[in-house]
Amino acid sequence: MKWEVVIGLETHAQLSTVSKIFSGASTAFGAAANCQACAVDIALPGVLPVLNTGAVERAIRFGLAVGGEVSPYSVFARKNYFYPDLPKGYQISQFELPIVVGGNLTITVGEQDKTIRLTRAHLEEDAGKSLHEEFRDRTGIDLNRAGTPLLEIVSEPDMRSAAEAVAYARTLHSLVRWIDVCDGNMQEGSFRCDANVSVRPMGSTVLGTRREIKNLNSFRFLQQAIDYEVQWQIGELEDGRSIQQATVLFDPASGETRMMRTKEDAHDYRYFPDPDLLPLAVSPERLAAVRAQMPLLPTERRQVLVDTYGLTVYDADQLTASRELAEYFDRAAAGATEQVGKLCANWICGALSASLNEAGLDITQSRVSAQQLRGLVDRVLDQTLSNKMAKLVFDAMWLGEGDADQIIAAKGLKQISDSGELARVIDEILAAQPQLVADFKSGKEKAFNALVGQVMRATRGSANPQQVNDILRSKLAV
Amino acid sequence: MTYQTLQSLAQNLAKGTCSSVEITQDYLNKINELNLSLNCFISVDPARSLAQAAQADQRRARGEAGPLTGIPLAHKDIFCAKDWLTTCGSKMLSNFVSPYDAHVVESLNAAGMVTLGKTNMDEFAMGSSNETSFFGVVHNPWDLNRVPGGSSGGSAAAVAAGLAPVATGTDTGGSIRQPAALTGICGLKPTYGTVSRYGMIAFASSLDQAGPMAHTAADLALLLNAMVGFDGRDSTSLERPYTDYTGQLTQPLKGLRIGLPKEFLAAGLAPEVEQAVAAAIAQYQQLGATIVDVTLPNMGLSVPVYYVLAPAEASSNLSRYDGVRYGHRAAEYVDLMDMYKRSRAEGFGAEVKRRILIGTYVLSHGYYDAYYIRAQKLRRLIAQDFVAAFALCDVIMGPTSPTTAFKLGEKSADPLQMYLSDIYTIGVNLAGLPGMSIPCGFDGQGLPVGLQIIGNYFDEARMLNVAHQLQQVSDWHLRAPTAGVRS
Repeated sequence: MKWEVVIGLETHAQLSTVSKIFSGASTAFGAAANCQACAVDIALPGVLPVLNTGAVERAIRFGLAVGGEVSPYSVFARKNYFYPDLPKGYQISQFELPIVVGGNLTITVGEQDKTIRLTRAHLEEDAGKSLHEEFRDRTGIDLNRAGTPLLEIVSEPDMRSAAEAVAYARTLHSLVRWIDVCDGNMQEGSFRCDANVSVRPMGSTVLGTRREIKNLNSFRFLQQAIDYEVQWQIGELEDGRSIQQATVLFDPASGETRMMRTKEDAHDYRYFPDPDLLPLAVSPERLAAVRAQMPLLPTERRQVLVDTYGLTVYDADQLTASRELAEYFDRAAAGATEQVGKLCANWICGALSASLNEAGLDITQSRVSAQQLRGLVDRVLDQTLSNKMAKLVFDAMWLGEGDADQIIAAKGLKQISDSGELARVIDEILAAQPQLVADFKSGKEKAFNALVGQVMRATRGSANPQQVNDILRSKLAV
Repeated sequence: MTYQTLQSLAQNLAKGTCSSVEITQDYLNKINELNLSLNCFISVDPARSLAQAAQADQRRARGEAGPLTGIPLAHKDIFCAKDWLTTCGSKMLSNFVSPYDAHVVESLNAAGMVTLGKTNMDEFAMGSSNETSFFGVVHNPWDLNRVPGGSSGGSAAAVAAGLAPVATGTDTGGSIRQPAALTGICGLKPTYGTVSRYGMIAFASSLDQAGPMAHTAADLALLLNAMVGFDGRDSTSLERPYTDYTGQLTQPLKGLRIGLPKEFLAAGLAPEVEQAVAAAIAQYQQLGATIVDVTLPNMGLSVPVYYVLAPAEASSNLSRYDGVRYGHRAAEYVDLMDMYKRSRAEGFGAEVKRRILIGTYVLSHGYYDAYYIRAQKLRRLIAQDFVAAFALCDVIMGPTSPTTAFKLGEKSADPLQMYLSDIYTIGVNLAGLPGMSIPCGFDGQGLPVGLQIIGNYFDEARMLNVAHQLQQVSDWHLRAPTAGVRS
């Protein structure tokens, strides 16, 4: 039997506010345990939550970016359960009325675009951390993370493969960073996914029973976990067993998923509106103010690049992989013609990306500034540098040897465009290579290329190739 | 037994006829003398109180005294006070020393008031008789065999017996007004959102409101002035223009329209209470007020609605007491679940457990719509009844409590009977309105009767004016208990 895979993702994006969602404590990562937990975070008797407007603004920004409806009125609810790292005994979240309803995200898998529908996105607070390994026979509690603002983004079960799920997660990851609502740091847990996975016979319209894989904090784990889970579920079904709704954990060491709890152990969270918080109202004015501050979205930026500089969709896609990269391109191509823009794109997607990858740096850490890159492109365009020389200059810039012009001067790398000088060199070559000249004249086009090669060698690559061509042709035509 | 009002103490301090240290010492002596028989206080700390009084005197010497500087008061033990044991009347918090001040405590400290101690209360404010306290019952100073009412029973008894000139209380379903009525003092629950709840240990967040307890309406106004104000730490705190609650006290009452809801004359209302209330209303007519018949058709639903919503919120509010970070933790347990169960089983008393169970039940899957959602809808109807009534009148009056103080143990075995003692006060909390109780007479056994005055939203100044005017022509509020107090 052929099986169809159905996947929906729930993603927790940590919002990039300086302080927590309901208290003034810092959200910075890495402090000593419990040093960033204030009276509200540790839920002392009598403390009350106060909503961080920065978290709301980020949620609105996300809603606008995915074309969802930003609710004029949403409600914080209490999700009640006992756990030592949940200080109040309830988590403040949004349940019936979330701040963002609907929206969608376009992903690309291979050459294919696909639109994934979003169900909702809601604001909530994170819990603390239970430290089971650090203490013998005991569990430590670190409440630094308690109260960190999260946006939980829920997709419809629109994905049909692990590859689509990963593409969705990557696109979402890039978007939340692009609109500056989340730093996307997956190692620190700022962006993590739960995957709801089910399978069904191909052609069926009924959803199979799903199992939810919790807390996947890398794209690789997401891929591996879904792959394993899909094979496991198919195996169960093909062996005549049925799937029980369950929550599972992925173990990266074994590459397997294992059961955490079944539906039977599911909590009754006894959701009800939090009486300590007023309903969250977003006025049309506030919405308009956030909209006015929105950057162009990746798809919009892509189109601008294609329209303005005639870039290929592929290059434009590369340049809009992150907002920082797009901004780097903007700085490099500032006020440029289509030709310059194209060259900038080539250099960024080519040599610069390669160097960054090799050094394990991102664009904000580039050793070649956008202005320096533009300086290089300008020298290529005015034919001071051949492409080959330009690469040498780029490498020198990467090593911190200065701007293009400084390096050209220091290394004497100027391209020879002086036709008198070139004619002299060409005459010498023609005199020294009678056989090649003879071959060319007898119709062997290859001999012409060999002669060009000789000229370039003699000038150590600094000759302007176009000019060499022209002069050679005219001399041989005589 | 005699007492002094906040107003007279303030005058003496201003004139320099006595110091805050002297006054404070005087009250500490009375506490020392009488608390054993009354059990009003859970914590006193004379050294700390006297140090605060000395600071107040220095402040006065510098010419920086405000109207309340140097006046001692007692705080209900529901308010977190820095470095004070803050128990909320529970074993669960019997070891909890607060590291911070509640907004109310902070504000009154800033005004220069002196904390005499923390007063006894029903556990987590759940009770109407102060019998659910882990720290023992509070005795009514008018008759030591009777309850002082609750949950602010310790504050009420302390003020009534002259152990503090004024006190703070909180009122979720009548917890300021009912004990005020049963001990013959004045108590006011402001409009919801007027006094910040920050640092006030939550019972039912959408109903809880702090307020002053005192001998006179004028004292209530003075204390309320220092308690109100917007607080960014409480999202339900309201930003309002400044009001001086003493500002309207002396206005004549001519033309005042008093609404009398017929529902307030329900079965179970003691005849002597009814008579005392009727007499007070007759006095108001002599002062120029007119009587308007109004109706609160859904009042009968207020007790059942309250006993769905308040426990629902409480069950969640009290989840934080899990033995993990502070408070009571069982000495022995086998695993996490066992620690939770034992710590909570040991830390909470029977009434608190009952309400947690009710609240957990009404919020549970499958029951939520039938109980919680329906109760919320009825809550709106109850509030609308008041809005309709206030279209016809300026204040609503009636009894605060259907009976005078009942005997210790009389109702504690029957929770339903106990819940009905709040029948006249609960609707006010559900509607978020201000309400107060002032003394208006005594029954045949010499027990005080309370008159309830309910105002429209933010109409506290008018209510205080109405109360003050009665106190200009009556002396119920000046009576002090003598017979019941052993000394």
